Amino acid sequence: MIRFLSVVFMLIMTLGLAAQAQDANIQDVLQEHREAIEKSSRKTIAPAIDAIAASGLPSAQTVLQKWQSKDMWQRKSDGQFFYAEKVDSKTYTIFAFEGGTPLGDIAKADLDQLKPNSGIRAMIGAALVQFQLNDPDPVRRQEAILAIQRDGEASHLAPLRASIASEADPDIKALKEVTERLLTISYDTDDAARVTAIQGFNGALSLEARAALNPVLSTKITLKDSLPETANIKRKIIAGSDALSVSDAFDMLVASGVTQAQPTVSERKDALAANIVDGKVGGVAVADLNTQDARDRAYQTLAEAGTVPAWDAGFSEADAVKSAAFVEVYDESSKAVTDAAEATLKTIDRAVGLNQTLDLALDGLSLASIYFLAAIGLAITFGVMGVINMAHGEFIMMGAYTGYVVQQIIPDYTLSIIVAIPAAFMVTFAAGVAMERLIIRWLYNRPLETLLASFGVAIALQQIAKNIFGTQARPLTSPAWLDGALVFNDVLAISYIRIAIFVLAGIFLAVFLFIMKKTRLGLETRAVTQNPRMAASMGINPDRVNMLTFGLGSGIAGIAGVAIGLYAKVTSEMGADYIVQSFMTVVVGGVGNIWGTLLGALGIGFLQKGIEWLNPSNTLAAQTYMIVFIIIFIQFRPKGIIALKGRAAGD
Amino acid sequence: MKNSFFMKNPSLLVFLGLLALFTLGVTLMSEAYGSGLVSTSFVKTLGKTLCLALVAIAMDLVWGYTGILSLGHFAFFGVGGYMIGMWLMYARTEIIVVNSMASAPIPPTASELSDAIGSQIFGVVGSSDFPAIWMFADSLVLQLFMVVLVPGLVALVFGWLAFRSRVTGVYLSILTQAMTLALSLYLFQNDSGLRGNNGLSGLQNLPGADNIPQSVISIWFLWGSALALALTYIATSFVVSGKFGSVIRGIRDDEARVRFLGYSVEGYKLFVFVLTAIMAAIGGALYYPQAGIINPAEIAPIASIYLAVWVAIGGRGRIYGAVIGAVVVSLVSTWFTGGQAPNINLGFYVVKWVDWWQVLLGLSFVLVTLFAPKGIGGLVDLFTGRLAPSRKGAPLGPDAGSLREEEAEK
Amino acid sequence: MTLNFKATLASALFATTAMASGALAADCTTKVGVLHSLSGSMAISETTLKDVMLMLIDEQNAKGGVLGCELEAVVVDPASDWPLFAEKARELLTVHDVDVMFGNWTSVSRKSVLPVIEELNGLLFYPVQYEGEESSKNVFYTGAAPNQQAIPATDYFLDELGVEKFALLGTDYVYPRTTNNILESYLKDKGIAAEDIFVNYTPFGHSDWSKIVADVVALGADGKKVGVISTINGDANIGFYKELASAGISADDIPVVAFSVGEEELSGLDTSNLVGHLAAWNYFQSAESELNDEFIAAWKTRMGEERVTNDPMEAHYIGFNMWVNAAEAAGTTDVDAVRTAMYGQEFPNLTGGTAVMGVNHHLAKPVLIGEIQADGQFDIISQTTEVPGDAWTDFLPESAVLMSDWKDLGCGMYNTETKTCVQLKSNY
Repeated sequence: MIRFLSVVFMLIMTLGLAAQAQDANIQDVLQEHREAIEKSSRKTIAPAIDAIAASGLPSAQTVLQKWQSKDMWQRKSDGQFFYAEKVDSKTYTIFAFEGGTPLGDIAKADLDQLKPNSGIRAMIGAALVQFQLNDPDPVRRQEAILAIQRDGEASHLAPLRASIASEADPDIKALKEVTERLLTISYDTDDAARVTAIQGFNGALSLEARAALNPVLSTKITLKDSLPETANIKRKIIAGSDALSVSDAFDMLVASGVTQAQPTVSERKDALAANIVDGKVGGVAVADLNTQDARDRAYQTLAEAGTVPAWDAGFSEADAVKSAAFVEVYDESSKAVTDAAEATLKTIDRAVGLNQTLDLALDGLSLASIYFLAAIGLAITFGVMGVINMAHGEFIMMGAYTGYVVQQIIPDYTLSIIVAIPAAFMVTFAAGVAMERLIIRWLYNRPLETLLASFGVAIALQQIAKNIFGTQARPLTSPAWLDGALVFNDVLAISYIRIAIFVLAGIFLAVFLFIMKKTRLGLETRAVTQNPRMAASMGINPDRVNMLTFGLGSGIAGIAGVAIGLYAKVTSEMGADYIVQSFMTVVVGGVGNIWGTLLGALGIGFLQKGIEWLNPSNTLAAQTYMIVFIIIFIQFRPKGIIALKGRAAGD
Repeated sequence: MKNSFFMKNPSLLVFLGLLALFTLGVTLMSEAYGSGLVSTSFVKTLGKTLCLALVAIAMDLVWGYTGILSLGHFAFFGVGGYMIGMWLMYARTEIIVVNSMASAPIPPTASELSDAIGSQIFGVVGSSDFPAIWMFADSLVLQLFMVVLVPGLVALVFGWLAFRSRVTGVYLSILTQAMTLALSLYLFQNDSGLRGNNGLSGLQNLPGADNIPQSVISIWFLWGSALALALTYIATSFVVSGKFGSVIRGIRDDEARVRFLGYSVEGYKLFVFVLTAIMAAIGGALYYPQAGIINPAEIAPIASIYLAVWVAIGGRGRIYGAVIGAVVVSLVSTWFTGGQAPNINLGFYVVKWVDWWQVLLGLSFVLVTLFAPKGIGGLVDLFTGRLAPSRKGAPLGPDAGSLREEEAEK
Repeated sequence: MTLNFKATLASALFATTAMASGALAADCTTKVGVLHSLSGSMAISETTLKDVMLMLIDEQNAKGGVLGCELEAVVVDPASDWPLFAEKARELLTVHDVDVMFGNWTSVSRKSVLPVIEELNGLLFYPVQYEGEESSKNVFYTGAAPNQQAIPATDYFLDELGVEKFALLGTDYVYPRTTNNILESYLKDKGIAAEDIFVNYTPFGHSDWSKIVADVVALGADGKKVGVISTINGDANIGFYKELASAGISADDIPVVAFSVGEEELSGLDTSNLVGHLAAWNYFQSAESELNDEFIAAWKTRMGEERVTNDPMEAHYIGFNMWVNAAEAAGTTDVDAVRTAMYGQEFPNLTGGTAVMGVNHHLAKPVLIGEIQADGQFDIISQTTEVPGDAWTDFLPESAVLMSDWKDLGCGMYNTETKTCVQLKSNY
């Protein structure tokens, strides 16, 4: 009932306003600010937006919305503004803002589109808030709240508070309430209200909450004496500590006129150069001025004569700043507010720290699953069969390109992925079998040569891929349901595609274990690997087993390729990016044991993320140190984390 | 003794003779000292090829003779180039800086000079303070020591750790590859103090030799490279011909047995590993002043694998095989990728060698490994009548290296 | 073996040269070297530039060549191998005797050829945006210097988008390093505190962006508007933009402006999630002008409908036409005469306005900022007037005192404080 009444009230209000402003015209307002609108710069546009928003005209909202969505056009001949709809690439239909009456078709060449940049669009959004907060369309209302969260203003506070009571949608209502508290923290004049609002965010993880709280706590470091008695001081600062370096402190002293700066090295040098008399400065020959010591002596002589500013060689900035008192002072004047904010932020920081650690762990886990996925095929061919296949990376690449080709044929992304996975398996399985039959089987006794021959295959495959698909990266687009991220809160989130890779890695682990432990092929593979001749005499065909095992390892690499292509990119060189890491994963984990490979992947993934966390500005360094660490690790545990024991270890 | 050394290595005299003829021939056809038939850019290509042959010999010694498939020797080659490049850059820049500062009213102090050199070399991406690694860059003699010392030390530490923990076979190959990758990633970093991705450039301009044209300098380097190659060839022949050679071949064929015979396998391996690393570094120190620029891309793992490819195609376990492999593959590769090879029109498809050369190289590599493990050098055996069993890897004897009776009788 | 070498040598001497078909059959030919990688990792970008050069040369021959002589293109392939660039440049200058070269993409390849062309007094037109801090007597830089791309884009962030906190993300090589150093210094001048600038370098082809994107999002925790300035190169952009999209970061929350992402790079991506993110260049295919329509039409007729045009192509278009005009003005293709005639050369841009060659060998060009659209093209939302390229940036103390003036001072690295020429050759 109340809601109905308020809507009726709003309606009457609007109609009343409209009637009142009947004689004014939105076009006039626009024309008045024509220059600013044409210039379209955030620095000069504010009066134009304000004028439109404050005009009280019914079409003001339309103008702002059309302008914001780049639908406002200007007729070149007379500079009039319209909104336009496309008829075809050359012609547009223009409409008047009032009433939306079509004014006929017009050639595009006679029109100029107004393209507000995103800064201006945000300002328009902020101006639209007053119209949209009570808009019947919930999407509009949400947009308005988003605009407040992005560019909140003190003037939003009153309309927002007024709109909460009448809000029907519980979700939007909650959103409005949170936003109201955020605005209260930043703009309310009543300290008590602010403190209450601040305390409401205890332990909150949202970025907006921190974004509202942190500015309250902004501080600056200054000389204590320069402050009034009432200043809201945070703490004392000792010059020379982490917070304030000696030279900064000294500069502050100089700026406040407490002390005098000493001439710097280059100033002294310039002074010397300016005082050369007959090839000498202060009694020292110019040619001898090539040491700092000689220059200092010359300068002292000049200083004593009074020709240059005095300079105290024994002067120490550290001593000069010792006697001065420095403090860190809040920009916010109310101590109650800053105390509350500090306390709240402390609880938030604890929660954020915990979630950041979890997020880092998730990143590490995700990276580990990618490494595991890339390495699991290798765990079969290298780990079980002992065959070094340098073309493993190229099988990954083949799988990814298969996915790309399938996507060209089947435009539906979900269906194409479902088709691409078995297709990639089949393509690389076939390639693996072919490679085993043609090359590898002749070289079982020459592992080093397997390495080289398979490398030959790798460079050939890479170049063939380049010749077919070009060197440019190809898109492999994930289906819509894998877009976006699983968001726990503003700190902890992981994209669905990474979750999918994690799941896939788990499935592969299970499949691998099942095949090796529960099927005949697995039994035969293990038998052939341990003792081929004994296995052969038991009626196992080692050729067939080797072929199938190698094919299986290659096929899994193909599926891994599809997954990696979805999350990163498809290029002819993507295989080479993973090959060394994959071998490292298998070797670190311990050859011949899938659990070892899993541990290896986890170790490398977490290690890399850990190093990145310690050194966030240089990811390349993280990779370098990781490899060095692995090399050292292998020196001390050459058989990997899980070493095979007894006969299975072989030599 | 000397006589017997040459008798043991009949290829040595032939090789030295051919090398001398070649170098003289090129000099007589060069722009600087002869008819001008060979352009300076091609003289440089030939000089660089000699350096590649040098590093291939090192690779042959470590792989073909000792059985360590190192995928890191091109990294040592690159490090050698970096070491000499540091002096070339420093000394050239120093001359420029000293000249430009000579007109200043006050003579520069030593630290001002080095700051100015630093800011010239590193530009705005680094600080003007030299990283510690440039400590000896101002002295040619010390930096030449570094050419030998740095790769030697890296090889010593790496080799000691690896051989001590008995990492062998493919594991060692992968480990050396990881080392190469780590080194190139390290050098890619701007923070490593060696100008990151850009590397060291302008190396062809020798400090103080501004008035000597490149056509002359290129001949100097050709002679220098030829001399180094000859010395390496002799040294390698010497190493592999005596008892030492027998031991390292023994290690290649069966490490455990050699160990049981009481030899310190690790010591031998380490010696060969370090020696070849130093050889490679010397090759690099001669190569990069001719190429003009050294950067981390040169050290990428792929380069070291190509080195193995050259040796395999040329023929392992024979020194001239490595030379043939390096020279043939690198020159043919230049020919194909340079666009000089004629395209083949198949009617439905035009084979452009620029695109297909890599495929051909990869496949020929597979074929050589499968069907001609002795490489191009194996052709020599046709004349000398040395034959080996052809088993395509199938196990026929009690272990992989041994001959069957009927094979031995041939 | 000697025989073997001779055979190779003979064939090497007669390198294939692509003959440009001409409309006139003069006895004289003027050779134009094209030094772009046709194989290897840079082939995808550089092959396009080779094709543009061949197109421009054909068009010029149809108009009657230069000084009555037909132009002949000499195409070599340095194969994305940096030392090979120096070798091929030497070959072009000494074996083929070309009068001018158009080529290079990466900075390292340029640094590789610099000593060779300075030694042999060649002439090179370099068409790609680069980090500046260089002015060679023998190179004309037709791409953007930092003040023609990075600085205007940063101004746009500061003034138009109100960004208060910056994340400078780049691939670890010299262009991003230099650009970010310049920007850091520039931002500090503009009053941005050091702790509000986050810098990160990643390797070429980096794919694991989750942590870096999370770090960037976390920058917004202190209530300041965050913007990303990306100098990420090549393939790594794909993973980066995919991660941005899946993290749901809209251009309204955290705008990203890229300096190395153009029409070509976007073709490897689904851009629907990236609408509104920005790129700064001197040219976009979507620029509206008659010249541009003609250029695009000629390109598509020659190469196929699906091909796009980009910024370095425009740079070659301007550079080549300026060289033709300078040679006509000088009456010879002699390098020194042409160089003198180049100063002050004017030629219309494809985006409207006129490009002018300065005495520091850099062009004055307008700076455009475009928003990515769903169709992979850019919507131009800001276009400045012509900005003269600055060889030595004014925003770093050590290079602010340097200037380049080859016309009057005859020096590419002139210290205005000490009034001396630091060096005549480049610091390669």
